[in-house]
Amino acid sequence: MNLQQSKFEYLLRLGDSSLIIGHRLSEWCGHGPILEEDIALINIALDFVGNATELLTYAGQVEGKGRDADDLAYMRDEREYRNLLITEQPNGDYAATIARQFLFDTYMFFLYEELKLSKDETIAAIAVKTHKEITYHLRHTTEWMYRLGDGPAESHQRLQNGINDLWMFTSEMFDMDEVDALLIKEGIAPDFNNVKAEWEKRVKEVLVEATIEIPTTTFKQRGSKEGKHSEHLGFLLAEMQYVHRAHPDAKW
Amino acid sequence: MNSVLNKEEIFKILSEIPDPEIPVINIGELGILRDVKLEDDLCTVVITPTYTGCPAMKVIEDDIKIKLKERGIEKVKVELVYSPAWTTDWINDVAKEKLRVYGIAPPDHSSVDKKVLLGKARELKCPLCGSKNTEMISQFGSTACKALYRCKYCKEPFDYFKCL
Repeated sequence: MNLQQSKFEYLLRLGDSSLIIGHRLSEWCGHGPILEEDIALINIALDFVGNATELLTYAGQVEGKGRDADDLAYMRDEREYRNLLITEQPNGDYAATIARQFLFDTYMFFLYEELKLSKDETIAAIAVKTHKEITYHLRHTTEWMYRLGDGPAESHQRLQNGINDLWMFTSEMFDMDEVDALLIKEGIAPDFNNVKAEWEKRVKEVLVEATIEIPTTTFKQRGSKEGKHSEHLGFLLAEMQYVHRAHPDAKW
Repeated sequence: MNSVLNKEEIFKILSEIPDPEIPVINIGELGILRDVKLEDDLCTVVITPTYTGCPAMKVIEDDIKIKLKERGIEKVKVELVYSPAWTTDWINDVAKEKLRVYGIAPPDHSSVDKKVLLGKARELKCPLCGSKNTEMISQFGSTACKALYRCKYCKEPFDYFKCL
């Protein structure tokens, strides 16, 4: 892959993860446990989808084939999607959603902190803006980690289950391939080893304070960088893409 | 064809477009309107989003086009820039007072950094009675830019325009 293709691929990875986790969160609309949380999750979903729009718009420009953010979001099939596996996992109960958001938000916080220094001006500009928003998201999910984990027996157990179930999806967040290698060399993308070190430290701190045990499983699920997903993504895309595909040229 | 209006005049006219969600302040005061460029018969308006997913941006874009059409400027391009990233520090004191009178506690000077990870909610003055005896209900309010608070003295809920 040349630099242009690698950049396109990298932007899809970032943009698709934001789009899919944003869509997952939007499924809570009208179903939140309390009104304030319903509003909070939908606010956060909106930030993720906004971030995805910026990244996929730029991806389309980099690719140079005239595709815009909508074309990329609605007209690709699951094997063409590059979102991390953790982002497509179903919402489950509220504790499972909080666990997923916490693990991903912490990752995104440290990743975008590094992306702010990208030599690609557009990526750096998007990262500066997004990092301000992700800071709010992370604060929200971290507070819920303490509240559920260090709360009554049932909420503690549900959060522990959520963390246990999702742990196998976390290691692929830091996988690097030829795309990363080239972009690291060009100063466009960060080395995931740095992100990983910060992520592990912070996640451990919060889990300890939330009285949640750190999972010891060594089983790992990976594959998103090659477009290999869990079965959940197909169902999610079917719902997300249906209207656009049924009425491809609709305008309002 | 724009012989009637120059760049500064267009900027001033567009500045006065009210924010669709908080109509007491306009897009000039908010710092959303960044620049106006005139080239032949094309008028390019540069704006920056407050929050990346803010649905008001599309409305603002439409308002700009309508406003310019009223003045006979038909060929308009609205350009979105992300850098420098929008910050609540661009809202000046006059606009902040307008927010307060409207019932929204204005933003503090931004201090969003790593500390916010563990930080406690800020101490805020109730925009209605001025009491400092307030508490945060939720970090996320009715729009992307607001948090929800409650005054324990006058018992009224209020919005806080959060720092970004």
